[in-house]
Amino acid sequence: MKTPTVADYPLAEKHGDDLRGPRGRTLDEVTLEAVMEGRVGIEDLRITPEALHAQAAIARDAGRETLARNFERAAELIDVPQDVIMQTYEMLRPGRVRTHRELAEQAEMLRRDYGARQIAEFVERAADIYLRRGLVERG
Amino acid sequence: MTRTPLPNRWRRYSDWDERPLRLDRFARDDAEHGFAAFRSPSDPSPGVEIAQGRIAAMDGVLAHDFDMIDAFIADHHLDPEIAPEAMAMDSAEVARMLVDMNVPRTELVRLAHGMTPAKLADVVSRLNALEIAFAYSKMRPRERPGNQGHVTNAKDDPLQLAADAAIAVGLGFDEIETTMRVARNSWANAMACVVGSSVGRWGTLFQCSSEEAEELRIGMAGFTSYAETVSVYGTEKSFTDGDDTPWSKAFLVAAYASRGIKARCTSGGGAELLMGFHEAKSLLYLEARCLCLQRGMGVQGTQNGGIDGAPLTATITGGMREMMAENLLAVWLDLECASGNDARATESEIRVGAKIMPYLVAGSDFICSGFGTILSYDNSFNASLFNGEELEDFLVLQRDFEADGGLTPLTETSALELRRRAVDAISAVFEELDLAQPTEAMKTSVVQASGSRETDSFSTGATTRISAEIERRGLTVIDVIRALAKRGFEEEARNLLNLVKLRVSGDYLQTSAIVRDGQVVSAINDPNEYGGPGTGYRLDEARREAISGIRDTLGQNEVLRDQALHKKAEARRIAYLDGGDAEIGRDGNEVVIGISPAFGLQLFRTTGGHNLSEVLACLIRGVEGAGGVARVVRMHHTADTSFLGLSAARMAGSGIGIGLQAKGTAIIHARDRLPHNNLELFSNAPITTLDHYEGLGRNAADYALEREVEPVLVPTKGEALGARFHAQVAIIHAIETSLVDPDRAPEPVAVKFLGTGGEGAA
Repeated sequence: MKTPTVADYPLAEKHGDDLRGPRGRTLDEVTLEAVMEGRVGIEDLRITPEALHAQAAIARDAGRETLARNFERAAELIDVPQDVIMQTYEMLRPGRVRTHRELAEQAEMLRRDYGARQIAEFVERAADIYLRRGLVERG
Repeated sequence: MTRTPLPNRWRRYSDWDERPLRLDRFARDDAEHGFAAFRSPSDPSPGVEIAQGRIAAMDGVLAHDFDMIDAFIADHHLDPEIAPEAMAMDSAEVARMLVDMNVPRTELVRLAHGMTPAKLADVVSRLNALEIAFAYSKMRPRERPGNQGHVTNAKDDPLQLAADAAIAVGLGFDEIETTMRVARNSWANAMACVVGSSVGRWGTLFQCSSEEAEELRIGMAGFTSYAETVSVYGTEKSFTDGDDTPWSKAFLVAAYASRGIKARCTSGGGAELLMGFHEAKSLLYLEARCLCLQRGMGVQGTQNGGIDGAPLTATITGGMREMMAENLLAVWLDLECASGNDARATESEIRVGAKIMPYLVAGSDFICSGFGTILSYDNSFNASLFNGEELEDFLVLQRDFEADGGLTPLTETSALELRRRAVDAISAVFEELDLAQPTEAMKTSVVQASGSRETDSFSTGATTRISAEIERRGLTVIDVIRALAKRGFEEEARNLLNLVKLRVSGDYLQTSAIVRDGQVVSAINDPNEYGGPGTGYRLDEARREAISGIRDTLGQNEVLRDQALHKKAEARRIAYLDGGDAEIGRDGNEVVIGISPAFGLQLFRTTGGHNLSEVLACLIRGVEGAGGVARVVRMHHTADTSFLGLSAARMAGSGIGIGLQAKGTAIIHARDRLPHNNLELFSNAPITTLDHYEGLGRNAADYALEREVEPVLVPTKGEALGARFHAQVAIIHAIETSLVDPDRAPEPVAVKFLGTGGEGAA
């Protein structure tokens, strides 16, 4: 699909035949019969980075730049396991980590292991602000 | 000599003390201690400085002094390209643009991207309550209004949750939200509500408000479709005291989107004041910071307008207006708005009604961010502004103002069917997944119960065991769909699958998204483009009819049917032998009773519930008991009380007549008086007793015999008799007037009391 616009929305209606879940099933293939036969499971009912990027493009086309960026950050988190997500969230909460370096290392790990470039920058920026506001120490 | 003691109180104050309003407490304005709705001396003046394309100062704070909130807003919300233009505009001029239907919403949204919190607050504080409501109506993102409801109960009983979720869906709520009395019951609550919400139609989004990590896990198991527990605050200290930062919350917002779950933030005036970190700033300014932060995070929407702080905000001068202003800021910033009207901010039903009105007529993405669909004692979020008790009041308000509050009346039959189906569905799922075996007695008690105090169902402890089992076995919505389909609940299984499929496309992650008739509807494909009368959201004929369809409405058929019920019994009590021409009486003791055209022919009972035979017998007994002579005449030329009475008086030997309408209104008149200047009138037929009628007859005779008369008074308790009876009265009167023949002379009526129809024979 070329960069979608508001005219492509809702994707499920306009592109239900080529919108695919994480295991390659199109939305139209996800039927009750397929669920009953065990061909479709919860794994087929997750959003994909492609879908989130498409929604980001639609949001941007509608003038919602910040919403688009959130969807793009979210796209980077899709393959990040739940425990890593919760661990990162915990680290971002006040008083959980002592030093700027711990946050910077988490950011680097997210960039390296999951290709989460924007998320990494986001965490690094948090670390800088936390340092300035005294939530973490240099070190 | 006894002295009358000096009064020390006007007892009206004691009456006022008894009103529910006096349970509300009110706080004096005190900006230094945070009690200021719109303005505080500590609020900064709006301002921005930009250097090399970056924000160098905002609202009087230099970049290197920014706290976390300032920094986040400067990074993500404030657009340096637009800020110079937007900040240079006169606030009064922008305020006028907000209420100018010729200025498009999109232009105002663009300008908001370049405004600081202090600027935004400065603009909306210039609008009065009506202007705020109008601007809100123009600025809200989605055209179609919607509503959200709470589904909880005091026992966390899953059978009742399923039944109540089905009812909420049936009523038209676009989102339902549950929470628990016992936190561990979250999995059982989620499964029960989502099964209940699949009965009848699909598309109601569902959330289970619980601890952040658990809420995300329940979402990943497919049970929930949205979250709104991402709270943000307007001061740094409140934020960290709430155990978060703008970055941790923004990260969470992205995490929800990555799992295909719709999310909105929560904020609201009074939160910082409740937490004790208000920095002596006004509620509105702090909320403006919260909202700029939310737009910056890229969350699609907010739940604001007091929320948990609403009861506190409502104690402050202008508090209700401030909550409206907060909601306006949210939609101006292009955020979906679930506009509060949530925690019950008052004990006064009048304040409740006043609070909801602007939202009902303006419309809102979600008018309530938690309408209590259940009884108030079952609301685990605490009582809402509107609860199950007052649900019909809300339905009637929609009808009164032809305003779409997102709800549709349910018939009693369909409500019972929905409850039965939902309870059977969740029971089948529990049995199929080997989680529990609800008995028929449990199910029946829940189907008919108004609230959990009436049920004999799962104990809270039993539910905890079910919940633990769902979590331990890692059951997902797929297991539930399979169980439903296996047990014959195929429609519910399909509904549920459709709901979960939403997350694959992510269409419902866009701003203000809901599902209507199987389609995602959001600010993208249903944008609010209000531009004056005839534009924006209007009720179409089908929707208007749906809103109009409240229960127990009256029409002429109902009234005639009701009257006909008494026809046979009356025929056994009384016979009206009409005929001939009525003459003017010559007996000076004679009182004429003039009855109305339909009296005893089509109408048989007064609005006070008295048989007409009894009323007539009492009047005659009264006249005769006082030494008068009664003669009954039927009028054909009028059905009006005054003219019935005056015409009767003109035919009476004494010159005194009684006019009596079939609905029970009665009058004493004298022949020389002006039509509307009667001697006595019983205008409140619904509360007029037979003794009153007998007294009226006695007095008529006393007037005839020129005795001293003490008028009969029918005491009222101040009931809204018009509201109770006027629809019926107007229909009855139309039946009377349809028989009026202006040229037909009065007829004498020989009344014969048969004494076989029970009481009332003279």
